Amino acid sequence: MSDAPFIEIDRVTFGYDSRRTILSDISLTFARGKVTAVLGSSGCGKTTLLRLIGGVHAANSGRVVFDGEVVDTRDKEQLFRLRRRLGMLFQFGALFTDLSVFDNVAFPLREMTDLPEVLIRDIVLMKLNAVGLRGAAGLRISEVSGGMARRIALARAIALDPELLMYDEPFAGLDLVSMGVAAKLIRTLTDVTGATALLISHDVPQCMAISDWVVLMANGGRVVAQGTPAELMASDNPEVRQFVRGEPDGPIKFHYPAPPMVEDFGLERSA
Amino acid sequence: MNALQRLGGITLDLLARWGHGAIFFLALLRAVPTALRRFGLVVTQIHAIGNRSLVIILASGLAVGFVLALQMYYALSTYGAAESLGLIVNLSLVRELGPVVTALLFAGRAGTSLTAEIGLMKAGEQIAAMELMAIDPRARVLAPRFLAGILCMPLLAAMFSAVGILGAYVVAVQLIGIDAGNFWSIQQTGVDVWRDVGNGVIKSMVFGVICTAVALYQGYETEATPEGVAHATTRTVVTASLGVLAMDFLLTALMFSTP
Repeated sequence: MSDAPFIEIDRVTFGYDSRRTILSDISLTFARGKVTAVLGSSGCGKTTLLRLIGGVHAANSGRVVFDGEVVDTRDKEQLFRLRRRLGMLFQFGALFTDLSVFDNVAFPLREMTDLPEVLIRDIVLMKLNAVGLRGAAGLRISEVSGGMARRIALARAIALDPELLMYDEPFAGLDLVSMGVAAKLIRTLTDVTGATALLISHDVPQCMAISDWVVLMANGGRVVAQGTPAELMASDNPEVRQFVRGEPDGPIKFHYPAPPMVEDFGLERSA
Repeated sequence: MNALQRLGGITLDLLARWGHGAIFFLALLRAVPTALRRFGLVVTQIHAIGNRSLVIILASGLAVGFVLALQMYYALSTYGAAESLGLIVNLSLVRELGPVVTALLFAGRAGTSLTAEIGLMKAGEQIAAMELMAIDPRARVLAPRFLAGILCMPLLAAMFSAVGILGAYVVAVQLIGIDAGNFWSIQQTGVDVWRDVGNGVIKSMVFGVICTAVALYQGYETEATPEGVAHATTRTVVTASLGVLAMDFLLTALMFSTP
């Protein structure tokens, strides 16, 4: 197995429009066959990072390298080839609401392979069993809870055993049991299949428990720190300490930038 | 200078939107062969789109047939030409009212439904999920609906016209008392299959292209919010209806310019 990183983010800057920069000149590498967690508060550009890797958006500057190939969003054939090698778990599942649970998981298998239906059935039931929902195969999407939807989406993401698995908030909305099972599943999948896992989350304990490498991002799309979970837990960087301990006061601001209170509430005039 | 700048801005914006729409339409056409190879998806959509519109189309066709027969009878009897009623009703429906009214109803019923469906798929990240699975949503989602719309429209227009003629028969023959043999035979001799029915079918297919392409474009390009989807469905009805009416005038001028 090559030692070269599976994904390389090289001096990438990105904004959805010219007024707001989401990612600011960031460079990161994601090691092959490892679980890397990207932590950070809401709006710091974590999901955007995944979209750049998947070629959904093109970086304003810098380059995204996918297993040695520079991702070019204009090259549809390359995108098609690269996307066949990745699976993504969306934040809200992104399940097809007109299909059943079974058909959702079978969807990539039916679309991307010529496997016979008998084999597809077995694979789908195995994937659903892995997320504890084999018994829910016949349900409609409108009949499942948010947490179940996330698990079904996870089964769909791993249906084709991709080389790169990107998980966008895999633990949000899950109960403690499901969260533990999902975390263990992500770790096991990486260990068994050798896939590279990229995990976007707010959940510090789960990420620290299953990740090989952790990246902490902050608003403005910059990388604050990165290292092994133990290194980050022991870090004396104030931003890292505040985030991993969930402290309200510190360099990470809770409030969105606003004018002074006295100005907004007209306190100067009344005084 | 400000007014000039604004005019320039509006023109550029309009051209950009047209260009964007044209690129979308070409991409849709490129995806059609893939959809044809998986015709089962098209059949599913024909069933869905056709069923959605059938009741309103049949009810409207019947009502139009009733009213057309009554109005034509009043006008034609003044000139002692009430026997021509069947022919006029038939030609009005087959050449004009069938394709046009069906298309307008289709835009309001199935078109809005398509826009909302695609818009909500986009809002729910289903389209993005498909793209990241290396599945082209244009080929998998849009093209089957596009083909289904084109194929459904002539079928629905034919049903509209057929029910309209039956409605006219009920009013003209059963209520007013026009001779039934005359009602049918004048249609048999006066309606040309290719010139009248054929051109009506061609019109319907063109309207199918307009209504379905507009509906899919609005859904695909919608802002992924409840307000965005609501605006997109409104734009579908307005744009598709205006497109149908404008194209109808052009097609009628081309098809029926000689008596």
